[in-house]
This record gives sequence, C-alpha cells and structure tokens, in this order.
Amino acid sequence: MNVDVLIVGAGPAGLAAAAELRRQERRRVLVVDRERQPGGVPRHSAHTGYGLRDLHRVMNGPAYARHYAHAAVAAGAEVRAGTTVTGWDTGRRAILTSAAGIEAVGARTVLLATGCRERPRPARLVPGDRPRGVMTTGELQQRVYLHGERLPGRALVVGAEHVSFSAMVTLEHAGADVLALVTELPRQQSYAAFALAAAVRWRVPVWASTAVRQVQGRERLAAVELADLRTGAVRRVECDTLVFTGDWIPDHELARALGVAIDPGTRGPAVDTCLETSVPGVFAAGNLVHAAETSDVAALDGVHAARHIAVALAAGQNGRDAGGAFPAGGLPVQRVPVTVAPPLAWISPNVIRFLPPAAAGPVTAVPPPRGRFLLRSVVFRRRASLEVCQGGRVIARTRARLIPGRPIVLGSAWLDRADLGAGPVSVRVAEAPR
Amino acid sequence: MNPGAPAEPADVVIIGAGVVGAAVARELARYRLSVIVADAANDVGTGTSKANTAILHTGFDATAGSLESRLVRRGGALLSGYAAATGIPVERTGALLVAWTAEQERALPSIEQRARLGGYDKVRPVPAAALYQREPHLAPGALAALEIPDESVICPWTTTLAYATEAVRAGVRLLLGTRVTGARSGPDGHVLTTDRGPLRGRWVVNAAGLHSDHVDSMLGGDGGFTIRPRRGELIVFDKLARPLIGSILLPVPTERSKGVLVAPTVYGNVLLGPTAQDIDDRCDTATTQDGLASLAEAGRRILPGLLDEEVTATYAGLRAATEHRDYQIRVDAARRYACAAGIRSTGLSASLGIAEYLVDLMGAAGLPLRERDDVAAPPVMPYIGQAGTRPYQDAARIAADPEYGRIVCHCERVTSGEIRDALASTLPPSDVEGLRRRTRVLNGRCQGFYCAATVSALMPGKAGQAAAPAASGQQETAGQRA
Repeated sequence: MNVDVLIVGAGPAGLAAAAELRRQERRRVLVVDRERQPGGVPRHSAHTGYGLRDLHRVMNGPAYARHYAHAAVAAGAEVRAGTTVTGWDTGRRAILTSAAGIEAVGARTVLLATGCRERPRPARLVPGDRPRGVMTTGELQQRVYLHGERLPGRALVVGAEHVSFSAMVTLEHAGADVLALVTELPRQQSYAAFALAAAVRWRVPVWASTAVRQVQGRERLAAVELADLRTGAVRRVECDTLVFTGDWIPDHELARALGVAIDPGTRGPAVDTCLETSVPGVFAAGNLVHAAETSDVAALDGVHAARHIAVALAAGQNGRDAGGAFPAGGLPVQRVPVTVAPPLAWISPNVIRFLPPAAAGPVTAVPPPRGRFLLRSVVFRRRASLEVCQGGRVIARTRARLIPGRPIVLGSAWLDRADLGAGPVSVRVAEAPR
Repeated sequence: MNPGAPAEPADVVIIGAGVVGAAVARELARYRLSVIVADAANDVGTGTSKANTAILHTGFDATAGSLESRLVRRGGALLSGYAAATGIPVERTGALLVAWTAEQERALPSIEQRARLGGYDKVRPVPAAALYQREPHLAPGALAALEIPDESVICPWTTTLAYATEAVRAGVRLLLGTRVTGARSGPDGHVLTTDRGPLRGRWVVNAAGLHSDHVDSMLGGDGGFTIRPRRGELIVFDKLARPLIGSILLPVPTERSKGVLVAPTVYGNVLLGPTAQDIDDRCDTATTQDGLASLAEAGRRILPGLLDEEVTATYAGLRAATEHRDYQIRVDAARRYACAAGIRSTGLSASLGIAEYLVDLMGAAGLPLRERDDVAAPPVMPYIGQAGTRPYQDAARIAADPEYGRIVCHCERVTSGEIRDALASTLPPSDVEGLRRRTRVLNGRCQGFYCAATVSALMPGKAGQAAAPAASGQQETAGQRA
C-alpha cells in the first residue's frame, strides 16, 4: 500500500495534521496509532482546559480527543487505531502490525507525531525496593479514568509542575489522601493559583528542595525516605501510592530507527521551522519535538506541519511515485541551526528554514508554528533578558520569566534579521547586573 | 485451612523452586518417583534465579578442579542443548575480557592459561586495535583483551519456568506459597512443617538458596556452611543502547568479585553491574544510592555513550555465597537428605549439571532411580527473546490468530495473545510480576506509562491492581496433564 502522507500517532498533532491535509487537497492520508482508540493522551485526562488556542473553546480531555478523531475521519483521512509501526524496511516503508496482519506502507511523506511520556522511577535512578504502588501520571490516569480503579490510602506526588497538580486531583478523585507534592527544585513550577487551590481546597502542601532518597516496601509500597536538600535531614514518610510526574521525554524510538538527527536538548528529532527533520520528506510535530506542551499547541503544530507537507507534495508532484523513500522530500533546503546556552535547556524548532524567493529577491526565513519558538530553562528567574545572537551580533532582545518545565515563548519577528550565511543563531540569557 | 498438603509421603520433597530446585525436580521426574516442590513464594524462580546477570558461562575463569568449574561446564553444555529444544532465548554474543591497566594486561596470559587448564581452549588474546574494531563505542584507554567466544546471554526467567513446566507436566507437585518452617526426621523419612500443613517425604532436597543454611540446620545437616548474602545491584538500559556493544564486556576479575560488566540481554537491552556488597538481611534486594552511583560511574568509564540512554530498570539480586569458595553439594544416605547450597552466582549456568550430579549421588545413596517409559519431550516455551521472531513479527501466526497482532505493551511489543497464553499456561502467573517474567510485559522504557492499567485489567481477579492486597500465593499446580 502507498499513501501520500503517513502520520504516526493519532494524538492532537497527528489528527489535526490529517484534517488540515485533507482540507487543503484530496491527498491520501493514513493516520495510525498503536492504542485501541485514537485521541492520544487527552483520552485519559479528565480535567478541562483543552481547546483554548486551537478551537477557541474549552472542553475536557476525552471530548477534545473525540473532536479531533472525528475531524480527521470526517475530512477523509483514514485513521487506524490498534496499529503499530514496528519499524521501517530497507526501502524505508513503514512496517505496520495490527490484528489484521503485517503490512508495508510506502509514503511520499511521513509525519511523526508519537508524543512523549514521563520518565518513570528507574530512569530517575531512585533507589530502594521495587514494590507495587509506584507509577507515572499516565498510568495513574488510565487506572482511574479508563479502568475506574480506586486508590485508597496515602499518596505522594513527585514533581510540582502542571501535570503534578493534575495527578493530585486524579488521586483525590480516586479516594487517595495526598500528603504532598515533592520537588527537588526550590519551589513549585505551576501557576500560583494551582498551588493555592491545592493548599486551600485539598490541603496538599508542596515540599520544595526535597528529594526522594529511597523507596521502601517488599510487596506493596510502605514508605519513602525524603531528604531535605537544604539541611540534609532525612525523614521517613509512610505512603501507599507514589506518582512520578512530569520530567517528559519524547517517544523517539521510531524517529531514531529512521535515522533522523536527534536534538540533544529536546531529545526529539531536530526539526526546522517547517517541522521537517534531517531526513527529507520526514516531518515531526507535537510533543515529540517539545515535551511537553499543552494539546492545543501540539494540534497547531500539526496544522503547521500539514501546510508544509502540502507544499512538499505539490513540489514533488512530478517526482517518483511513492516507493517508500519519501520522494516528496528533498526540496532545495537552506538551513541555519538555532542553539541555546545554559541555563536554557532547549529550543524548538531548532533549525531555521530559508525558502527561495517566489520572484527575485532574498531568501526568506520560514516562521515556526504560531510564529513562536519554545524554550525551556533549568533555573527560576523572575525577569530574564533573552538575547538572540548570530555571528557575534545581537539581533533581538526580549524579556522572559524562566521557570523550569514551563514554556518560555520567543517571538519570531527577528527572523528577517537572521542571515542565511552568518552561521548558527544562539539564544542566551543575558547576565544583567541589575 | 490446608488446601494442598498431601497426606501420602512423597518419595522426594524439594525445598526451593529456584533454578536449582526446578532443575532437580525436572531431573527426578524422569524416574518413577513421586516428587513435591515447595516454595514460600508465589512463583518459581523469584529469588536469586530472577535477579542476576543472565549470562550462560563457559566456566573459563573457574578455579580448575573445583566442583563449580566441573558443573558449570557440564551444565552449560546441557543447558545450551536444552535451550535450543525448548525455545529458551540464548544469544551467543561471546565475551571480551578487557584490560584497562598494565597490571590487568599482565594478568591476561594467566587467565588464558587457567582456562586451558580447565579444559576450555578457545580463549584467545585480542590486541587493542582489533578490540576497538569490534567494539567501537568502548571508552579509549583499553590496552588489550581476551576473547571468550562461547560466553552467551540467556533468559533466566524462561529457564526456570521451562524446568518447572516440564517437571509439573510429568507429575511433580508444585506447592507455591508454602513456607517450610520446621522438620522432624525419623527412620520413615521426614515430616516438614509448613504454613499450609505438614509435608511428608522419604527424601528431602535442600535447594533453598539464600535460606539453605537455615533449612540445613532444620534437617539436622552437618552444617559447615553459613549463607553470607552478597548483594549485586544492576542497571538495565533501554534497547536503544543495544547497538553500543557487540559482546559481553568483562572486567579483569578480582578476589572478591568478577567486577562490573556490561552485557547485552536477550531482550535487547544492555545490563550494567553488578556491585558486590556483603549484607546480613537475606531479603534485602533494595538498590542503594551509592550502588547506583558507582555503577553509573563504572558504566561511563567503560562505555561513555551508555549513560546517554534511558534506564528502564534498576534491581538488586543476592548471591547465596558462603564462607567456602566452592559449591556445597552433599548427600547424606543415612538420613536421606540432599543439599545443594552455596551456588553463588553460577547457578543458572550450572543448574542442569547440578541436578544431574545431585540425582546421581542420591541414586548411589539408595534412592531407587527406575526410568519411566513415558518421558515426554521437553516443553516448547513462548519465545520472549529479541533476536528471533516474536509473535508480532509473525504474519502467519497473526493470520491464524489475530490476538498475536494486538500489541498491548508497546515498548516490549507484547501482544494480547501472549498474555492470554501465559495466563492459560501450565504455570500461570499469580500477579503482574509473574506476567512480566513470562511475557516481558511492562519491562520497557515507559515502565507502564502506556499499558500498566490495561495489563492489570487483564489479570484474573485483577491481582495486579495497585489497590489490591498482595497476592497470597494460594496457588497449587498439580501435574494432571502428563
């Protein structure tokens, strides 16, 4: 089977891209997802707040997931759930496995939208026993909202970012008594209103500068040892459930199997401002390239990628037929990398794409999705001055508030001052003496 | 309540259903004997047998002339054949013993010499240039290496399960969740006190691993050994790290331990470890901050790229070391008592050799070994390795049964067909941990972020549910199927 666009991952990014591609032209679009139902993470995220930036209305996660699944199918995309891309064959065709069998699919272009996951306890090297009762928010939400499990007893949440407060609400909903949110950072990273609501409505405090030093319990979780990073004091807190939240990492296995370059900061595929990867014809969008943003941001990524995929398909119209090596890729590409310096952790997209002019004139830089670059910091800073530099010259300055795990938004109006021939662009925090 | 303990005395009661106890049960099942295996845990192979380095040793570095050296070699040969017949995942990756200092380099010829003395003559020196050609991701600074071409990696879980499955199908009674707490021995045999009632046996085999010295004194054995648990912590890296190594990378061994190695696993991961720490508590399999930190440092020194990949598991196993260097295997004919203890870290490799040797001794001591004429072929176990074809990759299998195309655990690509099969097997799992060891489910990089809730819901009685009380192991599997 051959398609114009193969989209891997039926979350907000993949489904929004499918709908947009079908809206623009009658291309053959196949969306596959390994889960039994399309929709991605919002399927099991019961809180509201979905749809703000993309749909301009607010709904809960499952309703949002249904909206996009329906939109993609209604637009004429084929959506196959319960179907896993297990790898790529030598002709770079995708190998699909499902209950219907194994099939190789050739695609003129591919959009990877495989999302991200939370780093589980082993990846964080938290020592101790390996009892039951330790999980991530993803597992917690599915247990509670998809399988109706109850989780009585005391619970601790590791992390104090947005998702950590969401985990707290899920735990309370499941009958748990949440003792605290624990973070190694000096303070919580979410909205003040969330922390206030946690403290007032649920009486759940944030224990900052606190690390989980040990997990205890032979069969079931019994307790954890917490260390106060300021004093070194260690205390034992009995609990029945321990939820590791946040600390997102892109699900990049398929991207790596395809040989696309991985950005060392985001740990997702390096993408240019068209959201094309280092492999021509292969695009990546959503939380695979910036783990983790809200679903509406991922969906708008998908729309952005879809528009550039449509351009690639149109340009590659007279090229080879879909044999599997992404023949619609490989437009003339001119790129400038964008890097960040510590304490900034990463920027996405991480490459500026320049397009040849339509008529006579200079090349033009393609703006990123929503006209915004997204960055992360590893430190808190109330008023930081960000500088965009190229070739030893500062081409833009802006102010930003830095909070670890929270998006830092950098506009792209400066792109017309970026020069294709002047080397990499870097973004740094100016050490203002004030 | 006494749901399972039989009143009739068995010919042999084996205490311990680890890799050694299961191997002995399988060996005894070839004869016209009634055999019971009792274990306190709710599954086979839950002690040292499940948490080790999963290497099928050649015994190249064993002390020549020791019982261990002999049984590792014999057991390794037997297990290679048995694995091929039953589908236990094995990969013959070979090992490279890497010298990083001049002193270690000087030790290589004597290690090669010792291997030859012990009867293994395929060890050969590898100069640095050739070493880096084979292992280009190795940290700079290696001086030379020895190649041991037959060192292999194996699936320890399937191994114990295969032995136990074969034994149970041949009529051995497996009593799980049955802790032996005392014993009374007389001229007619032994009466074991368990938390599920008395067990009678003419012979008793002590295969109690970390508890074998306690069991030995319970049975009035001659003692002479004390278990000194040595904890080994290990880190498992994501499958994306697997291309970083070709072979098992061994350090030059010291007096205390074989040192920290980096090895592929048959599941396609990379294993780093073990540490070696003597502890008192025989159940303390907790990892420690110092242990994990020292492993990370060692890993960075050996294979710098390794630490850039994600960790999918950390665990600790306890080696049942004693004050002696060699295995403590003995048979007391007068008291019809057999003991296989002090098996340290080579029990998996040696298991079939130990079983053969021990049963020979028991036969010589008067246990009547009359071969059965209805010995069945070994079981064919579900394949959970990475090198061969898994069900999700098998178009014919999916066409015949679509459940093999429904992937439930995405990281490890475990299908609902495999989970269904495990739950219906001769030795079904009693909890999610048991299902992990039978299918690899939940063992991947996401550690359940995507599928743990679904997998729990598939367990009968939702035994794996987070809120459910710990499974009490009230499970008996009697061999009615032979």
